[in-house]
Amino acid sequence: MSVSGSNSRALPWALVTPALAWTLLFFVLPFIAMGFSSLTAHEGGGFTLANYSQFFTDPSYWRSMVNSLEVTAIVTVISILLAYPFAWILAEMVPQRWQRLALMLAVLPFWTSYVVRSYSWLLVLAQNGVINRALTGMGLIAEPLQLANTRFATVTGFVHFFVMLLTLTIFANLKQLSPSYRRAAADLGAGPVRTFLHVVLPLTLPGIMVGAFLTFVLCIGDYITPQILGGNNELVMPQLVMMQIGRRGDFPLASALSIILMAVVTIAYLACARWLKIERA
Amino acid sequence: MTVNARNPLSTLKSHLAAACAVAALLLAAGGAEAADLNALIWCDHSDPALLEPFEKANDVKVNVKEFEGTGAGLAIVDQSQPGDWDVMVIDSIDVPRGVEKGLFEPLPEDKLPFADLFPEVKMDKSTIVDGKRYGITEKFGYNTIGFNKTKVDPADMQSLASLTSDKYKGKVAIYDYYLPVIGMAALAIGKKTADLTEADLPALKAELLKMKANAKLVGEVTASQTALATGEVDVLVGGGEWVTAGLAKENPALDFSIPKEGAVLWSQSLAMFKDSKNKDMALKFIQYIMSPEGQARLATSSCYWGMPANTKAALTDEQKKILRFDEQPGFLARAQAYPAPNADLDKKMQDMWTEMLQAQ
Repeated sequence: MSVSGSNSRALPWALVTPALAWTLLFFVLPFIAMGFSSLTAHEGGGFTLANYSQFFTDPSYWRSMVNSLEVTAIVTVISILLAYPFAWILAEMVPQRWQRLALMLAVLPFWTSYVVRSYSWLLVLAQNGVINRALTGMGLIAEPLQLANTRFATVTGFVHFFVMLLTLTIFANLKQLSPSYRRAAADLGAGPVRTFLHVVLPLTLPGIMVGAFLTFVLCIGDYITPQILGGNNELVMPQLVMMQIGRRGDFPLASALSIILMAVVTIAYLACARWLKIERA
Repeated sequence: MTVNARNPLSTLKSHLAAACAVAALLLAAGGAEAADLNALIWCDHSDPALLEPFEKANDVKVNVKEFEGTGAGLAIVDQSQPGDWDVMVIDSIDVPRGVEKGLFEPLPEDKLPFADLFPEVKMDKSTIVDGKRYGITEKFGYNTIGFNKTKVDPADMQSLASLTSDKYKGKVAIYDYYLPVIGMAALAIGKKTADLTEADLPALKAELLKMKANAKLVGEVTASQTALATGEVDVLVGGGEWVTAGLAKENPALDFSIPKEGAVLWSQSLAMFKDSKNKDMALKFIQYIMSPEGQARLATSSCYWGMPANTKAALTDEQKKILRFDEQPGFLARAQAYPAPNADLDKKMQDMWTEMLQAQ
């Protein structure tokens, strides 16, 4: 069967049209609407840059972005440090026949409601929660530690979730890595540590970075965990956005803050893409 | 089984007939939905124990959508078609916002039990606009001090000054809603909530920062309740019967006080949409909610408890005791309404709240 030239050109477009339409309808158009909204005044409408200037001139608003970036950076680094050994153990040390079960256990946290999991952590970290009771029971501390309603609690909740996400992406990368690379390194006299540092780690960096980027995006945009575990003692950007909507319905300011948040995510993506040269992969 | 060979046209016709049947079914379902009652509500109205008696008695399905905060509720209405909603639960002080937007229908006063309501909670200044009543208060309570009486000195809880005292440092949670807590800060510094102006903001901010310095957390309803229930904190600024009453069975040590400086009265109203396609049923729903039976069920809703606006609510003696029903006249005499700032002051108050949250 022969395919005419015009048909062969049209077919790819026909195949991508649903995806393009979807993206246009549910991302591009809402994004443009949000952009316009961010440039209008809450009372009376009209063009204004006041929503953006408020963010850059009000220290408490600016502080929210700093808090978001700090929490996200801490969560991402800790998650990578915990996830890599997990993924390594899964890929290299767990027998093949048990790997499926191990992977299923790894994704179990995703089966629980995000809200329920956050409240569970709150009970674990509370003044008379599991940790404090254990520590005081063993006589290690005299007074309960302030664990809940802190940045520590927020980071703990996030890490619990994202470490498994990162484990899965790194695991997939490790499984794709041909054993011949390590054999070649060993043949050339490299020990296990040098092989890991100079061969395995560089080759699994894409997996780490993909996981890290996903962690960054999900963490910086999350409202639930900081709200429940952080005790509102330091606002992050999604909380600030929600505050504008709750009673006042200030969608223009909420839109401006969301656009700023999206700009930060875009910068993070560009940084990752450039470093890893993802666009050429 | 035999399969008849059919020509493409008859196949197409049969498919069309099937499509028409499906469309008819969908239209019928749409018609049924139009006969339902669509209610934009707070979580206390989604309790089946409240809705089911009304649904059975009137053979109607009440479709509910929950929202938090008037801004979010009005945004849902903005994004809906006229007629999509029949009734709405709204902060009594925000009824004029809906009226300004042309959303609400005046309520027939002669068909609702206004005479049975606690006089102080009718909120005429908010619910009556240009001589017409657009909302009826259905439930109320106080943003005040919730506490664990086994952990604090109940006598201390009779003064707002305790909230900023070193004695309770690190033992306090603040309810995360800026208007009532700013109202409590106003009471603490001797201001009337109705008279607040921009000039009061510095003093209010100083008071809020003192409260924050004592606080372990600032949390919404569930987080506040959890903190009090788990012993994470012993005092809740801005919490009242809606926090302690729901937990009373599990933890009878929880209580609330109306301090000598007063408390901030919250009240929620029911309003009917002007574009409702089902106004008769909407009115029946409001009548049911305002009836003694409906009021008792609403007051003790699983989401949160609160005082029924109707003095004749069919509560049991135990429920009345938990809600401290008999003490209401005294409480109401000391309560002040929510601050009702204009848009500009409202924005400044929210910014002040944001600063307080970020303060270390």
